[in-house]
Amino acid sequence: MPEIGRLLIIIGLFFNFIAILSLLRMPDVYTRLQAAARSVTLGTGSIMLGVFVCQGFSATGFKALFVTAFLILICPVCVHALAKGAYKSKVKLADESVCDQYQEDLNI
Amino acid sequence: MKSKIVLFVVCLIIWLGLNWPINPQWLAAGVLVSGFVAMITGDMFMRRPHIVVHIKRYFWLLVYFLVLLIEGIRANIDLAYRVLHPDLPINPGIVKIKTKIKTAVGLTLLANSITFSTGACAVDIDQNKGYIYVHCLDVESQNIKAATELIAARFETILQKAFE
Repeated sequence: MPEIGRLLIIIGLFFNFIAILSLLRMPDVYTRLQAAARSVTLGTGSIMLGVFVCQGFSATGFKALFVTAFLILICPVCVHALAKGAYKSKVKLADESVCDQYQEDLNI
Repeated sequence: MKSKIVLFVVCLIIWLGLNWPINPQWLAAGVLVSGFVAMITGDMFMRRPHIVVHIKRYFWLLVYFLVLLIEGIRANIDLAYRVLHPDLPINPGIVKIKTKIKTAVGLTLLANSITFSTGACAVDIDQNKGYIYVHCLDVESQNIKAATELIAARFETILQKAFE
C-alpha cells in the first residue's frame, strides 16, 4: 500500500510542477488562473490522496480525505471569483485572444 | 426541520472523521455541538430538504464524481501537453454557453466542473437567462450551441438528474 501512496504523491508533484511552469509561461491573468484551477487542484488532491493511502483509516488519513474534498469544492470557486474580479477591474485579455463575448454582452 | 436534521448528520460525520477512532467522550461532545449548530443555522442549510431521500440522486452523484475525475485527468494531461510544448499552442478567448440548469447548487457544481475538468474556466454566470461565460484556453467554436455541446453537455445531463 505505501508504494501506491508514494506513486500518487509523485503524480501530484508532477502536476504541481506543471502548474508552476504554466504560471511562468502563460501570457495573461486568465490563462494563468486556468493552470491554478486545474493542475493545482488535481496535483494537491493527488498528494492528499497519497497521504490517505499511506496512513489508512486513521485521524491523519481522514483529515487528508477532507482536505481533498474541500479542495475540489473550493478551489474552482476561488478561481471563478478571481477571474470575475480581474475582469471587473478591467484587466485586459492577452493579445492572442480570438474573441470576447462577455464584453459584447456587457456593452448592450 | 428536515434541513436541521440533514445539517446535524453532516456535522456529526465531519466531526467523527476528524477524531476518527471513536470514543464515547468525543461522540457526546460532537452530538452536543452539532445539535447546537443545527438548531441555530439549520434552516439556512438547504432550500429543498426533501431531495435528500431520493436514492436515484446519489447514484447520479457517484456517476458525476467518476466523470469529473476522468475528465479532470484528461484536461490536466492536455494542459501539461500545451505547457510543455515549445510553441505554447493556446488560442484563448471568452465564449458564452447556455445551460438549462436553474437551481443554485446545480449551477455552482456545473461552473466548478467546467473550471476543473474542461479546457475552460467560468468567469461569470447570468442565472436569469442561463448563460455562463467561460474563458477557454483553446476556443474551438464561437457559436453558442456548439460551444455548449463541447464544454457543458456531458455534465449538464448528469447534474440535471442529480439536482433538478
